[in-house]
Amino acid sequence: MAEATQDHYYVPTAAKWPIVGSVALTLAVTGFALYLNGSGIGMKITVLGLILFIVMLFGWFGTVIRESESGTYRSWEDVSFRMGMSWFIFSEVMFFAAFFGALFYAREYSVPWLLGEGSGASTHTYLWNDYTEIWPTNGPGDLGESDFHMHWWPLPFLNTVILLTSGITVTWAHHAIKAQHRTQIVIGLFLTVFLGFLFVFLQGVEYVEAYHEGMKLNSGIYGSTFFMLTGFHGMHVTLGAIMLTVMLFRAMAGHFTAERHFAFEAAAWYWHFVDVVWLGLFIFVYIL
Amino acid sequence: MNAQATDLYHDDHDHHGPPPGLWRWVVTTNHKDIGTLYLWFSLIMFFIGGAMALVIRTELFQPGLQVVDPHFFNQMTTLHALVMIFGVVMPAFVGLANWMLPMMVGAPDMALPRMNNWSFWILPFGFGLMLSTLFMEGGGPSAGWTLYPPLSLQTGDALPFLIFSIHLLGVSSIMGAINIIATIMNLRAPGMTFMKMPLFVWTWFITAYLLIAVMPVLAGAVTMMLTDKYFGTSFFNAAGGGDPVMFQHIFWFFGHPEVYILILPSFGLVSEIIPTFSRKKLFGYSSMVYATASIAFLSFIVWAHHMFTVGMPLAGELFFMFTTMLIAVPTGVKVFNWVSTMWKGAMTFETPMLFALGFVIMFTIGGFSGLMLAMTPIDFQYHDTYFVVAHFHYVLVPGAIFGIIAGVYYWLPKWTGNYYDETLGKVHFWLSTIFVNILFFPMHFVGLAGMPRRIPDYSVQFTDFNQIATIGAFGFGFAQILFLVLIVKCIRGGEKATDQVWEGAEGLEWTVASPPPYHTFSPQPIVK
Ligand code: HEM
Ligand SMILES: [Cu+2]
Repeated sequence: MAEATQDHYYVPTAAKWPIVGSVALTLAVTGFALYLNGSGIGMKITVLGLILFIVMLFGWFGTVIRESESGTYRSWEDVSFRMGMSWFIFSEVMFFAAFFGALFYAREYSVPWLLGEGSGASTHTYLWNDYTEIWPTNGPGDLGESDFHMHWWPLPFLNTVILLTSGITVTWAHHAIKAQHRTQIVIGLFLTVFLGFLFVFLQGVEYVEAYHEGMKLNSGIYGSTFFMLTGFHGMHVTLGAIMLTVMLFRAMAGHFTAERHFAFEAAAWYWHFVDVVWLGLFIFVYIL
Repeated sequence: MNAQATDLYHDDHDHHGPPPGLWRWVVTTNHKDIGTLYLWFSLIMFFIGGAMALVIRTELFQPGLQVVDPHFFNQMTTLHALVMIFGVVMPAFVGLANWMLPMMVGAPDMALPRMNNWSFWILPFGFGLMLSTLFMEGGGPSAGWTLYPPLSLQTGDALPFLIFSIHLLGVSSIMGAINIIATIMNLRAPGMTFMKMPLFVWTWFITAYLLIAVMPVLAGAVTMMLTDKYFGTSFFNAAGGGDPVMFQHIFWFFGHPEVYILILPSFGLVSEIIPTFSRKKLFGYSSMVYATASIAFLSFIVWAHHMFTVGMPLAGELFFMFTTMLIAVPTGVKVFNWVSTMWKGAMTFETPMLFALGFVIMFTIGGFSGLMLAMTPIDFQYHDTYFVVAHFHYVLVPGAIFGIIAGVYYWLPKWTGNYYDETLGKVHFWLSTIFVNILFFPMHFVGLAGMPRRIPDYSVQFTDFNQIATIGAFGFGFAQILFLVLIVKCIRGGEKATDQVWEGAEGLEWTVASPPPYHTFSPQPIVK
């Protein structure tokens, strides 16, 4: 509901960045589709599209930051931004839900059925009656190279600690913003970003290890769910860390007052979201 | 925050009108401009999707293969559905929302105007990608709009383009939905409490949540398809421990809420129009709100009624049968309320009302056939026959699309400042209604008799009903040209509309001029 103190809602005129964004996305996906179809120039078009997309992000967010710093937005607009960000995060949650759903379905239904339980009995009897693996499994066709089990110890556990710690440091930075304690803001954000990228790096180490053992994206349903879930999560951590990096630079440039620092909060919410997704992964992908 | 809700808005305070030139449409952040873009886009796609349908019906005029080859026929069924769902009904709803929600809740614009521009401007690109596949090696997608693997994994070069276009359309819908939620929650005029909101606002509010919840799930499903095809994952491959049926579960977890995304805003439109032309308040306003919310909730737990025949455990079959039948309760509440609103009303039958009445009657027919399909053992018989095609076309064409057309007639005088040609409108209604029934009603019969859907040939005993349906299809298709003519005529001139437009209409949108100034409701009105 509108705040009684504000009678004018800011409606920007002419926005030139959205169309750039559409062209960029179209180039990126067209190129990628061409690449998947085996065309040589595909990747080049994708890279072009991605560069244009990054230009668009700089342009669009640049405009918004300038407007924000010049006091264009007040509490009424701020509420819209908050809602926008929260529901965007919710949509991301549902995207992950699809992949978690696939994991549960595979473990609860498709693999047991292939083992002969329930309604899948005949598949087992006639097609794959020597199939006995429970979980992890690369399926009755023994796809990929190996079905090496990813362990929760030590790297993933370390990563859990890292991500949880980064959740604390980002909260510390938030408190520092409210207290307008510049050095603490910068240190808090710096630590968060550092931990974020460290997480991504260690995840990379883990991937390399897995590939050495022959556990790959094509290693049946276990490889599929493992790499898609952790892969998308890793991409989101990277994105979140980039957002926080921008916040770090903005904090160093003296942005964010004690009352008004929504951009920071949005990035922090996003960070907590990737944190929570990780906890889900840690439990359902690694431990159970 | 001081103005009274009336004539104040006729002059443009500190605001300016739209800048001249075509570029304006590319960069606009104005909800009325963007609404107009969405609506035109939807109308163009309606004719494209309609042309595809006519190809299908032409082929089905006679048994045997005569006009197109089966592969092209399959591309037509697939793209017809995708175009109609994502290119016509959804954009039309978002267009109506853009135009009307801010005016109905007394907001100065949509809450996030730049993102609003982007939501629209992704669409033409997404559909460009999707339709370009028709010219590729292997042709367009042809596995049906439901994209079931393993069949869909045999798609040629079109597959990645199709998948990415679905991603783009999803991004567009999600941003549109977020904008609608933020507008409704944050930009209502003082005094416009939730339980005073017009029902079109309510139904869209709930639809927006459905969109945010399920579009990402569809994105996930098609992403898994992409990696299964190109990166060796085995989500839908039993040899790797996955299951093609898993795709169906994920797809329908999106798909069933999606069909409610395609109908709820039309429920809202009809709930605006019937009270106006009955000159009575909507009967059971709050029960309408609760019914909409219950339908939305239930839509998340009924998805497997599309999969009764895949071999689910018995408990699953029963669960999904009963939850599905439960939806008939809130749906019945709505139909009851519409009818009760008309009871003893001083009714007149202008074109919007005619389309709304057509909606109530024919949507109900579709609801009944849905109820038949909801019964597991019966669905074993009907699944994948023309009976299902009849069912969903009844809820979607004289349902969703009639609702949209009714809404367009209802607000066209407000948008253009001119009354449309009422005679032409009535002719449009009667031709549409007669032909839509000639088109879809016989499908019930051939379906019950066992004619399968998505097949270009059929057994000779189905010929007569198929010929009737094809005649209906051409009649319905050509009747829509009248709609286009009528809209163009109305934009160019006609009897000047008053601000009130319709005698019995209530709501903030009727307090502004017809056509409304470029910017309305800044400052906001106060609703008492
Ligand atoms: C009264 C409530 C409804 C019930 C009980 C119901 C029930 C069903 C059932 C059981 C099916 C699956 C039939 C089969 O494939 O064997 C079905 C299909 C379908 N329904 Fe409904 N339905 C209802 C309302 C709606 C509405 C409001 C819409 C959309 C506006 C809709 C759109 C569809 C579509 C598009 C399909 C076919 C999807 C496909 O296989 O391509 N239904 N319905
Ligand atoms: Cu359904």
